[in-house]
Amino acid sequence: MHPYIPHTDEEIQQMLHAIGVEHIDDLYKDVPITVKELKIPKGLDEFTVLSTLESIAQKNAVIEKKNIFMGAGIYSHYIPQVVESVSSRPEFVTAYTPYQAEVSQGTLQALFEYQTMICELTGMEVANSSMYDGASALAEAILMAHRINNKHKVLISQAVHPEYIQTSRTYTCAQKLSFQIVPLNGSGMTDTAVLKNSIDDDSCAVVIQYPNFFGIVEDLRAIKEVAKDLVFIVVAEPFALTVLEPPATFGADIVVGDGQPLGIPMSYGGPTVGFFATLEKHVRKMPGRLIGETTDVDGNKGYVMILQTREQHIRREKATSNICTNHALMAVRNAIFMGVLGPNGMKEVAYKSYSNAHYLAERIQQKGYKLIFDGPFFNEFAVRMTDDYDSKWRKIFQHGVLAPLPLGWYFNQYKDGALACATEVNTKESIDKFVELLGRDGI
Amino acid sequence: MTIFEKSVTGRKAFRFPDTAIEKREFDIPNHLLRKKAPQLPELSEPDVVRHYTDLASKNYSVDKGFYPLGSCTMKYNPKINEYTAALRGFSQIHPYQPWEFTQGALQIIFELKEFLCEITGMDDMTLQPAAGAHGELTGMLIARAYHLSKGDFKRHIALVPDSAHGTNPASAAMAGFDVVELKSTEDGLIDLAELKKNLSDEVAVLMLTNPNTLGLFEKDITEIAKMVHDAGALLYYDGANLNAIMGRVRPGDMGFDIVHLNLHKTFSAPHGMGGPGSGPVGVKSFLAEFLPIPVIRKADDKYYPDFNLPKSIGRVRSFYGNFLVMVKAYTYILTMGRDGLTHASRMAVLNANYLRTLISRFLNIASPRTCMHEFVVDGSEFVRQTGVKVLDVAKRLLDYGVHAPTVYFPLIVHEAMMIEPTETESKDTLDMFSKILKQIVEEARTKPDIVKNAPYKTPVRRLDDVTATKKPVYRFKRQG
Repeated sequence: MHPYIPHTDEEIQQMLHAIGVEHIDDLYKDVPITVKELKIPKGLDEFTVLSTLESIAQKNAVIEKKNIFMGAGIYSHYIPQVVESVSSRPEFVTAYTPYQAEVSQGTLQALFEYQTMICELTGMEVANSSMYDGASALAEAILMAHRINNKHKVLISQAVHPEYIQTSRTYTCAQKLSFQIVPLNGSGMTDTAVLKNSIDDDSCAVVIQYPNFFGIVEDLRAIKEVAKDLVFIVVAEPFALTVLEPPATFGADIVVGDGQPLGIPMSYGGPTVGFFATLEKHVRKMPGRLIGETTDVDGNKGYVMILQTREQHIRREKATSNICTNHALMAVRNAIFMGVLGPNGMKEVAYKSYSNAHYLAERIQQKGYKLIFDGPFFNEFAVRMTDDYDSKWRKIFQHGVLAPLPLGWYFNQYKDGALACATEVNTKESIDKFVELLGRDGI
Repeated sequence: MTIFEKSVTGRKAFRFPDTAIEKREFDIPNHLLRKKAPQLPELSEPDVVRHYTDLASKNYSVDKGFYPLGSCTMKYNPKINEYTAALRGFSQIHPYQPWEFTQGALQIIFELKEFLCEITGMDDMTLQPAAGAHGELTGMLIARAYHLSKGDFKRHIALVPDSAHGTNPASAAMAGFDVVELKSTEDGLIDLAELKKNLSDEVAVLMLTNPNTLGLFEKDITEIAKMVHDAGALLYYDGANLNAIMGRVRPGDMGFDIVHLNLHKTFSAPHGMGGPGSGPVGVKSFLAEFLPIPVIRKADDKYYPDFNLPKSIGRVRSFYGNFLVMVKAYTYILTMGRDGLTHASRMAVLNANYLRTLISRFLNIASPRTCMHEFVVDGSEFVRQTGVKVLDVAKRLLDYGVHAPTVYFPLIVHEAMMIEPTETESKDTLDMFSKILKQIVEEARTKPDIVKNAPYKTPVRRLDDVTATKKPVYRFKRQG
């Protein structure tokens, strides 16, 4: 007997008898045997499984939150217990896609509310009920831009997360799209003069991150003035959106991003969730599931999946995307988190993150290091360290501090650079300690 | 009531610590500073808990009862998996930590990959894709890269049977292929003559699900594989239905070159209202150089991410994939072991055949053949006789406290009801479901209106999805 499989020998015999066969192998008559026994250990009891997993988990170093000075797409924020508790409810965790709306109103309403919150943050008119992550959301946004104007050249800022650009290239490689990377000016903002000169008749979209990968708050108004009729795609960070003017104000057509900061643990990078918002005029070109409000036969309010003719299960090869399973549970987690923090709590996180990051930047500069860019930044900033920064970074880690990301991983021109980050969980004490470590001999 | 209508200005559900760092005003140009705050709800902590507890009570779930959605493998989601995935050593680590200090995470990815390669008979694998369809896209991009790397630019066609999941043609199209639909036999199996007719030097891939969406095993698979390979094309395996065959036959041994799996189906990770899942892609060794970066390897007892794959298709998402879902699948495989996985498949097939036998006494089954882990009811005669639609039956099932099967899929069966019980359901549950379904069939014959107007006992009654799409309301808006 196995804990998850209820069949007793007697029941198996009864069932075989009802089917009219003698042995389970009789049900596999059409199926060849190609493997005698899988080379996998035998099943284990829960005691042993648990201790095995616990010992594997211990091989990963867990850095105390206040000592994390790295973001670069995954952020260490505080997650209230209530978020964990509510989002772990089995009615959310063990349900599937709301195919039967009448018994999925919990899912549908929670996602409808999530869509509303994303619209509020981004200023856009429609948000879908989630994508896999920020990177794939951007890739899908670029494919959608191509569906909107059928043009091929994508102008993408150098300050968009490198993994997002890599992902977008992979997704679009078969669609004859070309990417042109637009460099930055000395402020760390996407260079509008270069952008302007790069635009031609076949230009499809412009992609800007807000704040950008280096933490700089891009001037979306200046971008829009140059980008004019191109599809304007903005990759945004959700906390920043509580204090920065939403991309919609500046004429964004599509706003995407990663919802990890909103109540999702760092989780080695996954699962997180991608958000995806656009304007009503583009909605039929949009990928992913949409939830809408409606009524039942008695006139009561309810929620259903809408505009499904865009999707793969109906449209097959003509669908707007192949996405089916999305990241609904993570989206609902975002909604619960925003419900707990509210507009003021969200803003407070933004203020604290900003203040802490600026204190960190000052302290680092006092040590003689220089910021790479002079533009306004939110809670991340790029700083020139030393050529041996990568090894220094590893040494600092052994002191229980996750130091800023070595930029040399992704950018040749910033080989001595680091991307620092602070959030509301860092403290004066932890920042001072890190800065002291940075200057210590032998590190 | 929505969460927005419960909002009261000034309420708070969370308090922040005081900090020693002075709060600063934003030194950002004024036109970039937000003027109007986002309208997010303001609630106390109990408000939030009650709101979502109320929503939770309006959901059906695997923990609540029978969920026989065909092709979705709604098996029980073990609790220990949730516990292990939440361990701080897994959930509280940053993907850019030095890899020397995430050896546990890399070990999970590496060993899970080895387990899954063994189960599927493949040589290498990526765990980066976030879901089944994402895996399909990855696999199809690998197929494309392979043909192009050989200088073979003519192969623009992906053959997809008409019985396939909708994601198959959609993924093939995203990977740049022209999709040619392959007409299958009445059982949804490959028609060898039809296949032969369609194979050419322009065909890049044949995408197959085996067992297929009718729950039938493609018994000519060896011959199909030979035909496809002789034509210079690749054979792709949609692993949605792997739950039928573990420990007996492996896709790699059948001749498949590329395989995607769904850790949230076969390997018990929960479905989370539609995700997050995880869609690993396995390949034969000649395709390994095209896998997405990074590939996790092991040398001198150390695990490390290898980015040096010049022919890689690139990344398909950020970081390493849905790592916590991998922890759940890894936990499941350790718990089940080779014996448990094989037993699971056999019981899944037994359950499906048993339920098929019970239901065949009062409804038509689409194929007379022995099924694997799922089967399809052909409701066309029932619909003709009673005027009650299969959708109505699905809705009526909800009244009896069970979830409905997948309906109107696969497309090649009229009025289809696709039923997959999975191995974690007991004989009692199957007996009960069959009894309920029989009762509904009886109601349809005697009191059809009862079925046509169902459901009655659900949190809402039948919803108007036509108007919802015609006059869409995408978000909550305050009155006035």
